[in-house]
Amino acid sequence: MYLRLLLFTCLFLLPLPCLAADDGYGYPIPGSYEATILGTPAAMMPTFPTKMHIRQLVLDVLPDREKPPVFFYDEGLRCNFAYQNKKAPLVFLVAGAGSNGNSDKLVTMMKTLYMAGFHVITLPSPSHANFVISASLSGVPGDLTEDSADLYRAMEVAWKKVKGDIEVSDFYLGGYSLGATQAAFVAKLDEERRVFNFKKVLMINPAVSLYGSVTRIEDLLKQIPGGAKKQGVFFNKMLSKFSEYYSYGNFVAINDDFLYSIYQEKLFTREETAGLIGLTFRINLAGMIFASDVMTGGGYVVPRNRVLGADESLDDYFLVSSHLSFFDYFNEYFYPHFKRQRPGLTKEAFIDSLSLKSLDGYLKSSTKFGVMANENDFILTKAELDYLKQTFGERTKVYPRGGHLGNLEYKDNLAYMVNFFQEKEVQP
Amino acid sequence: MKSQALRIALALTLAVALSGCAGTRVNTQDDERPWHSINEFRDQRFAEVADPWEGVNRNMYRFNFYLDKYVLIPVVNGYEYVTPTFVQNRVSGFYNNLNEVRNLSNSVFQLKGKESATTLGRFVTNSTIGLGGMFDPASKLGMPRHDQDFGKTLGYWGAGSGPYVVLPFFGPSSLRDTAGLVFDDGLAFGIYTMVDPFGSTSTPLLYGAGFTALEGVDMRHQQQFRYYGSGYPFEYYMVRFLYHQKRELESGKRIPAE
Repeated sequence: MYLRLLLFTCLFLLPLPCLAADDGYGYPIPGSYEATILGTPAAMMPTFPTKMHIRQLVLDVLPDREKPPVFFYDEGLRCNFAYQNKKAPLVFLVAGAGSNGNSDKLVTMMKTLYMAGFHVITLPSPSHANFVISASLSGVPGDLTEDSADLYRAMEVAWKKVKGDIEVSDFYLGGYSLGATQAAFVAKLDEERRVFNFKKVLMINPAVSLYGSVTRIEDLLKQIPGGAKKQGVFFNKMLSKFSEYYSYGNFVAINDDFLYSIYQEKLFTREETAGLIGLTFRINLAGMIFASDVMTGGGYVVPRNRVLGADESLDDYFLVSSHLSFFDYFNEYFYPHFKRQRPGLTKEAFIDSLSLKSLDGYLKSSTKFGVMANENDFILTKAELDYLKQTFGERTKVYPRGGHLGNLEYKDNLAYMVNFFQEKEVQP
Repeated sequence: MKSQALRIALALTLAVALSGCAGTRVNTQDDERPWHSINEFRDQRFAEVADPWEGVNRNMYRFNFYLDKYVLIPVVNGYEYVTPTFVQNRVSGFYNNLNEVRNLSNSVFQLKGKESATTLGRFVTNSTIGLGGMFDPASKLGMPRHDQDFGKTLGYWGAGSGPYVVLPFFGPSSLRDTAGLVFDDGLAFGIYTMVDPFGSTSTPLLYGAGFTALEGVDMRHQQQFRYYGSGYPFEYYMVRFLYHQKRELESGKRIPAE
């Protein structure tokens, strides 16, 4: 939520430019980076009634877990639960990298499905601090197999908590971005465990290879002067650009008009826009790295013997964690952790295991999957997009634009999602 | 009216600030060096705001988390449960309209003629046709709301924000904005005493207290923010940054010389 807000503050909100090419698809923003940051114009999103049957679930997934004082506020895994008063299918939704169960995109998906008559439970991403602290068994997020086992456990706890209150006909599963990739692994696990017996699984803008996609996001930061090591300088420069623009224009407040004008005037270059996306990723990653290090006592950014108090300043840890790249995390912390457990694990084999391709046979044989992707999603290579098309055939819907997740809340996309879950399932 | 709440709040602040010291940990032995530490990075900090009282502020941030959890949010939830949405919106409209007095006085203090006229027009329109502010016909008639307060007025005339402050109940603020809040509330209290709306009732104090309590509930009801709601470990810095930046932009601005 904050990161999105931050981006909105630093950039531009939504205009309604009629720039769309005439291809029958009404999502208006052509640029991949711009779409990713701007998302969907409010007028092109569905509207929802103010009163809906939605409540928060706080799950005690790991009852024996001791929480350090610095995370005193973390009282359990925070999920949202939307429920019908009649028998209906229950859809589990998994958030994208760094997002909690309350992220705007996830909530829009939940409300849309709720309005279409589904029960819904949203889950935070296993890469979000809340999940690392309250639901990750190892406390070291990033391994798709382990994270999915954690997700599965969390879903079971959630289901146990609500099953007395609702009537469920079938279980479905969905996710976006990293959550979409994880959904495939959760579905695979479900084939053995059979607690839910998921009938349908929808992946929205999935990463095919986790390592590959993150590499492309990290690359966005290379375009800023001085590279990622100088992201603080970059951020402050963008901020003063933003402030000056505000001061010299005659704006009343930081509102849609102001943000629209930033977009129109192209205040930020393409490289700068890319840099801001990369920076947002790093800020998210910082939360994950810090939470993981505190939970495992890994001595990575926090001294091993130090117990952080509830009111202690975390300023230095913030600076350090946000300057670490995914590769730092991978090479120094993440891969060594798994190598200790599985001697002989090579880096290449490990990277290969963090990919949809490691489930290739299963994904091709199952008819329960559907994919929504965008032609200009920068986390996928052309070859990866082709891989999705080949693997899932006509159950792959590719939109001409939308960047990474920019069009997720667009009406047509949401209608496609609802339709996917409403349609009679394909018999194998 | 709000000044009573403020006084209680200040007393609470003091109590918590004093008790808070007990929570500070002392590390008896030297820390082991972590893999990465601050010394290896040569970059500007981002989202940085002057915050010399971070310890007390974090303590207060935590206090507000508990105040929300055990008092305010349950009360707000109860209020939202028993009151129809339509009524909730009318209550918000009513209090927001009263705050136009604050907006107006500060527009005047900043010598913003056009804005003052708009705000006055809004106040008159919404108080009459809008039935005491319950409805907002003024916005539809082309009189947009201009939120003003004395903190912004001070900023407008060149006062820096001063250090970041987290107030009990009110939340993120700065030294300047805290002074502004006290001033605005003092002014409101003065007007309230002068008008004395419940003076003719048999129990003016009781009515006054109810009036203030409902205002507090409505204030929290209108505010979506939840302390530690993001679950992000560095939320404190994000909130500090966003608050500071928004205030800087909206208050520090002067009309450029023509």
